[in-house]
Amino acid sequence: MTHAANTPTAPNSLTVSALDADALDRLNAIIARHAGREGPLLPILHDVQADFGLIPEAAQPIIGNALGMSRAEVYGVVSFYHDFRERPAGRHVLRLCRAEACQSMGADALADQVRAALGLDWHETTPDGRLTLEPVFCLGLCACAPAAQMGDRLMGRATAQRVVAMVGGAR
Amino acid sequence: MRIWVPVDAAARALGADEVADAIRREAAARGIDIALTRNGTRGMVWLEPLVEIEIDGVRHGFGPVAPEDVPALLAGPAGHPLALGPVDDLPWMRAQTRLTFARVGIIDPLSVEEYQAHGGLAGLRAALAAPDRIVAEITDSGLRGRGGAGFPTGIKWATVARAAADRKYIVCNADEGDSGTFADRMLMEGDPLTLIEGMAIAGVAVGATQGYVYIRSEYPDAIRAMDSAIRIARGAGVLGASVLGSGRTFDMEVRVGAGAYVCGEETSLLNSLEGKRGVVRAKPPIPALEGFLGKPTVVNNVLSLATVPWIMANGAAAYAAHGIGRSRGTMPLQIAGNVRHGGLFEVAFGLSLGEIVTAIAGGTASGRPVKAVQVGGPLGAYFPPSLFDTPFGYEEFAGKDGLVGHAGVVVFDDTADMRALARFAMEFCAIESCGKCTPCRIGSTRGVETIDRIAAGDLEAVPVLTDLCNTMKWGSLCALGGFVPYPVLSALEHFPDDFTGRRVRVEAAE
Ligand SMILES: Cc1cc2nc3c(=O)[nH]c(=O)nc-3n(C[C@H](O)[C@H](O)[C@H](O)COP(=O)(O)O)c2cc1C
Ligand code: SF4
Ligand code: FES
Repeated sequence: MTHAANTPTAPNSLTVSALDADALDRLNAIIARHAGREGPLLPILHDVQADFGLIPEAAQPIIGNALGMSRAEVYGVVSFYHDFRERPAGRHVLRLCRAEACQSMGADALADQVRAALGLDWHETTPDGRLTLEPVFCLGLCACAPAAQMGDRLMGRATAQRVVAMVGGAR
Repeated sequence: MRIWVPVDAAARALGADEVADAIRREAAARGIDIALTRNGTRGMVWLEPLVEIEIDGVRHGFGPVAPEDVPALLAGPAGHPLALGPVDDLPWMRAQTRLTFARVGIIDPLSVEEYQAHGGLAGLRAALAAPDRIVAEITDSGLRGRGGAGFPTGIKWATVARAAADRKYIVCNADEGDSGTFADRMLMEGDPLTLIEGMAIAGVAVGATQGYVYIRSEYPDAIRAMDSAIRIARGAGVLGASVLGSGRTFDMEVRVGAGAYVCGEETSLLNSLEGKRGVVRAKPPIPALEGFLGKPTVVNNVLSLATVPWIMANGAAAYAAHGIGRSRGTMPLQIAGNVRHGGLFEVAFGLSLGEIVTAIAGGTASGRPVKAVQVGGPLGAYFPPSLFDTPFGYEEFAGKDGLVGHAGVVVFDDTADMRALARFAMEFCAIESCGKCTPCRIGSTRGVETIDRIAAGDLEAVPVLTDLCNTMKWGSLCALGGFVPYPVLSALEHFPDDFTGRRVRVEAAE
């Protein structure tokens, strides 16, 4: 998580070439929506990711300029948090809990079975871009472990069969 | 016919939405007139989805209900095989002292009317009637921070109240990253107005006008509930330019975390709120004097703040009457992992760990013997059954090198591999370290390697691991690096065979 500290601080250059006009409009609208708030960066990054599916590299100097931060500072924040992606995820993200309470109810074996059934390792995406598999450390469902989540769907006492069925229904 | 189906995430994870849909469909098909409320959970997660139906003015429970049970349930609730009787009479409910969670599972979480009918806003009214008394009242109640460190809440508030500044903040720590804990989530989903009321009281007490609830992104349901509740509270005049017409201003908003465990540490959380990397700040300055944006800031856990309205409504003495030693009041225990009866159980401090695991949790779900219990999240020690007589209290647990923390109780049966769990603790620390200090950043990775050496049969790595843990304990800036030695060393101390057993067995066979 610390590698960003070594990134040299460069002056903001507006390398917007990677964002087309429409994307730039959307980005500026997001920035405008939050700019007046106290500590606007995380809300902006969450909205950018919700809209773009990731934090585009080309968006970072623009956000930095708007908030009076260097692009390296923005990159430092983006790279610090597990939630922010620099590469796109699949259309659906399946998260399996790997934390202790779920381990006590067989989360490790569950993860092995699901990974084998889906042919995916942690952080991998299916070739058709349908599904990404990610670990998560606690979903607050520890009294009905092991737990899984896909979008708005939560699953307690998860079994490989039910997880695979849930994933199969997601196009 | 009045019916309740919990909207809590744990109930949803066990099919509550499908059950609610089935009830609506079936009622329409039969022409039954129903009023369906999506309540919080009563905390009996093993019975979820727990449907409640009002019969002669009493709420009767049925659970766990599946959608296919619904037709028979609506046709004849009284004799249904899933009938549990009046919910308030169930042993799990009767054995509790529900103060912080008094309304959770009972009311519609977003109804100000039901909130007030069940005692809501009485604390805020009492606070507004005597604002100068609030800090003393909270101090006298003996309330200590429920987020883990157990610092007296009243003393923290007094520091912020005394600080002179043009702007002060109340920040609620709803990062709840500890495995085995979910009380913050259940409260925010089941009775969010209580947290809002507690934050408003804190604001009045210290002279803060703005609040933030920092909720982890892994809790979308809680985020939704808090957002709605804040809007509703504003509409009802609980928040805004003149709180309940008092002329005092307090407003608040939700902020969403971004998947970093360390952001539960209060200074890391403040950096994150400010839009920075979630790196831990050195103290001093303490957040009470220089917190969010450099201003005096109260940072409190959800449960600490949500307990404040009860104390203000019922008095410090009534709260302090519960508990043992310096652990006053009640603690919402979160019973999790390999247990028969998992869920939320609020009770005065003082039960022994054994009573919690055996009598309340009912032993393991697998039916196998209990091997270890981890209390207080990923930085808490693993206790073997020989420590089951430890009373649940801050000092009592610390005296056994353990942690009450946020009161998550995670039970493991005899199939648990304590070496693997110790390795996991180090690995988790390596993944989540903020990187500021070497013992934590480098030490955790070295810890994983050292445990792997032990696993490979290198017994000389055992003292290396012990030394490393000592370095991390004393050389880390915050409790992530500083406390991860507790699960590791407790596993090593109480379950040495899991570390060295293979080697010992091999030698014995030779
Ligand atoms: C690594 C780490 C993680 C923490 N996570 C949380 C958390 O998720 N929630 C919380 O309330 N406190 C957490 N704390 C404790 C906070 O730093 C702080 O003590 C607490 O928010 C103060 O509130 P309280 O006095 O009401 O407990 C954490 C501490 C550390 C070192
Ligand atoms: S102990 Fe770890 S998490 Fe805490 S400040 Fe040091 S590096 Fe950061
Ligand atoms: S440990 Fe898996 S949901 Fe909490």
